[in-house]
This record gives sequence, structure tokens and C-alpha cells, in this order.
Amino acid sequence: MIRLPIVIASAAAIAVASAAFAGGHGGNPAVKARKSHMQLYAFNLGTLGGMAKGEIEYDADAAKAAATNLATLATLSQRAYWAPGTSTAELGEETRALPAIWEAGSTAGQIGGQLAEAAQALAAVAGDGQEALGPALGPVGGACGACHKAYRQSN
Amino acid sequence: MKRLLTKLIVLALFAAGAGLWLTWPKSVDPALYADLQGDAARGETVFWAGGCASCHADKDDEARTLLSGGYRIASDFGTFISPNISPDPDHGIGAWTLAQFADAMIEGRTPGGAHYYPAFPYGSYTRMAPQDMVDLWAFLQTLPASEVPSAPHEVGFPFNIRLAVGGWKLLFLNTDWIGPGGDAQVERGRYLVEALGHCAECHTPRNALGGLDTSRWMAGAPNPSGKGRIPGLTPAQLDWSAVDIAYYLESGFTPEFDSAGGGMASVVANQAHVPAADREAIAAYIKALPATE
Repeated sequence: MIRLPIVIASAAAIAVASAAFAGGHGGNPAVKARKSHMQLYAFNLGTLGGMAKGEIEYDADAAKAAATNLATLATLSQRAYWAPGTSTAELGEETRALPAIWEAGSTAGQIGGQLAEAAQALAAVAGDGQEALGPALGPVGGACGACHKAYRQSN
Repeated sequence: MKRLLTKLIVLALFAAGAGLWLTWPKSVDPALYADLQGDAARGETVFWAGGCASCHADKDDEARTLLSGGYRIASDFGTFISPNISPDPDHGIGAWTLAQFADAMIEGRTPGGAHYYPAFPYGSYTRMAPQDMVDLWAFLQTLPASEVPSAPHEVGFPFNIRLAVGGWKLLFLNTDWIGPGGDAQVERGRYLVEALGHCAECHTPRNALGGLDTSRWMAGAPNPSGKGRIPGLTPAQLDWSAVDIAYYLESGFTPEFDSAGGGMASVVANQAHVPAADREAIAAYIKALPATE
């Protein structure tokens, strides 16, 4: 015989787990993958930018590792999660990716290439000392900004 | 009765005359600039600190120094289209004198004696130091000429009556500082923000007549393009450290390492060309702003 309190507790646990599952797995998977990719950029930039600002003590190995991660991330194929039909026009508030990304004359892919180049250049010098980071982060930030300016919905 | 009418007409004419006299486009005193020597290298810093490229650079020019104009500024009053300010004598400002350039920047006056619309932010540039003016003028001469003609603004009645801008100037155009002074760094920052950088043009809300509401200085405003909000920068809205602010202006990275988009991406592209000390001065000024909702 199953006791009532256990039944209630189990039901509650299942309900909470389902909600968490829905919260974590709902929404368009391509959009979620893009956001996750951006999070990984941000996390690694946090290490490098923190060192450039002087807020984190410079560590050559950590800087190199973060910059290499950035360069790797920037060269991953993102084709599948920048799928057509996943812009603000189709998905509304779920994404800030503007339709212009997929339109003729889009430079989004080209800017992605610039980001990869800038990240590789950064990885090449990240181990050379704290003062090397700031100037090498410039073109990385430039590529981020160029894409966000043209192709990301403003808040 | 007839005498009363005559009196009224005289009074009306007098009022109209006084109104015109008060609102007629003014000119700068050329003596302010007469003894100054322009330095193009210093002028380049003024150019980037002034954000000229954000509106005037050709959108396809990566160097952002081909100043063909064509940038569209949507507003409640219509859409303004930035003109060609390259040194081309026919389509740009190549035939202008320094005094005419200063009239435009300080008084919002065209070489032909009309009012510019304040979409051109002379309401900020009016605080510009004479030496910066002549340096900027010298730098602009070194830029490539563009033969792209300037497009007319898309502004309907009654805002297409430029004479009315004279009333706007009477109410809102003055050289007073708004934000706090302080040490040399804060005051340098104030000059960079309130004069050259014209930050308040977007970050401060406007009243019904299109003037900046200085009681809510830098407290954030609706985006004039209609989409979203321009964030406030006072301590009531922004808790970034001075280092964070300066680094954001340099790199576009927020403290969370998101990166600037929209209009701020252009500002960051400009700020990357100014000395680090100037970005730090802007940060010091922003940290010194009073908290305002």
C-alpha cells in the first residue's frame, strides 16, 4: 500500500522536474544553440577582458587557453543553428536575430570570418603579456560590434 | 476705433519684428578664430570624439572618413538625412570658409543664413572650444571628396518651416554646462560628453518642443526611431565602475562581455580612435552625474 504523503511528494517532484525540463528545453533549439555559443564567447572574453582591464591578475596560460577557445569557437561551423526561418520575423521576441542576416547582400558570414581572424591573432599573442591583450582584443570587439550593429535587434 | 486698429497693427508688426530679430540665425564672431592655427592631427581626435562619422560617413567606407552623408535619423518631426560634408566644393563643404563652418557648428546657421534643424547636434557643439574648431576644420580638409549629392529631409508641415527653428534656439540653444564640474578630469569628461560627444542628444529625454529635459539629464529616453529605449547613464540606472565604462567605450564589451550594438557600436568605433585618457575622463564624468530617474 502506498502512503498518501509519498504520493503527493512524488507528484510534486514530477511536476517541478517537468517544469524545469520545459524551462530548460522549451523554445527553438537553434536559437538556444546560438545563445549558448554567445555565452561561451562571453565567458572566455571575461577572462581576457578582465586581464586587459587589470581586474584579473594576468596569467599567460589562462590567457592563452581562453583566446584559443575563442578562436576555436569562432571557427566552429554554425550553419545548422543559423537556420533560415529563425529570425525576429518568424520567432518574435524569442530571438534578436534580424531577418537581414539571411537576406541577399548579408555580410554576417563575412563578419564571422573577421571574428575568427581576430581571435586567432589574439590567441597568437595572448601569452606575450598583459599589455598585448588590449590591442589584440580591439578587432575582436570590432567584429562583435559590427555584427550586433547591423544584425541584432536593439533592446 | 480706427486708432485702436492702427495701434494694434503697429503692435503686431513690432512683435513680429522683435520675434524675427530674436530668432534670426546668428553668426559667430570671426575674431574668436582669427589668431588660431589649425592642426589636422589634433583635429582628427576632435573628429572622432565628436562622432561626426556616425552620421556622415558613407556606409560602405570602412575607414569611415568618406563623408557622403545619407544617414537617416527618424524622429517625431520627420526623417532627417545627414548631408555630404566632404571637401567636395559642389556637393560637400569644400567651398565654405572657417567662419561659415563655425556658424554651422556653434549657431546652427547655414552659409545661406537659414537655420539647421537640431538633428544636427549643434545644441551640443555650441559648447565647442575655438581651438578644437580650427583643428577639426583643418582635419576635414585632408579627407577625400565625395560627389554624392545631399538628399533633402523628409519633414512635413509645419516642421518644414525652418524659421520656426529660431524659436527652438531661443528656448534651448545655450552654452551652459549641465552636469557637475569637479577636478580637471571630470571637467574634461564634461566637455567630451556635453560638447563633442553630444551623448545627451540620445541619452536625455526631450520635451514636447524637442528640447532636452535638463532636469532628467542622461536619465535615459525613448529611442527616437520608435524601437526600444536608450538607457540612462546616471547612478540610478548604471552601476558600472569607471574602469568598466572606459573599457566599454574602447572595446564595446559590457562588464558581462556582451557587446554593444545599435547606435553605440558606432560610438565605440569612434571612441577607439581617442586617447585612453579621454575615455577615462568620460567615465569619471558619468560616475559624477547625480542619480536622476
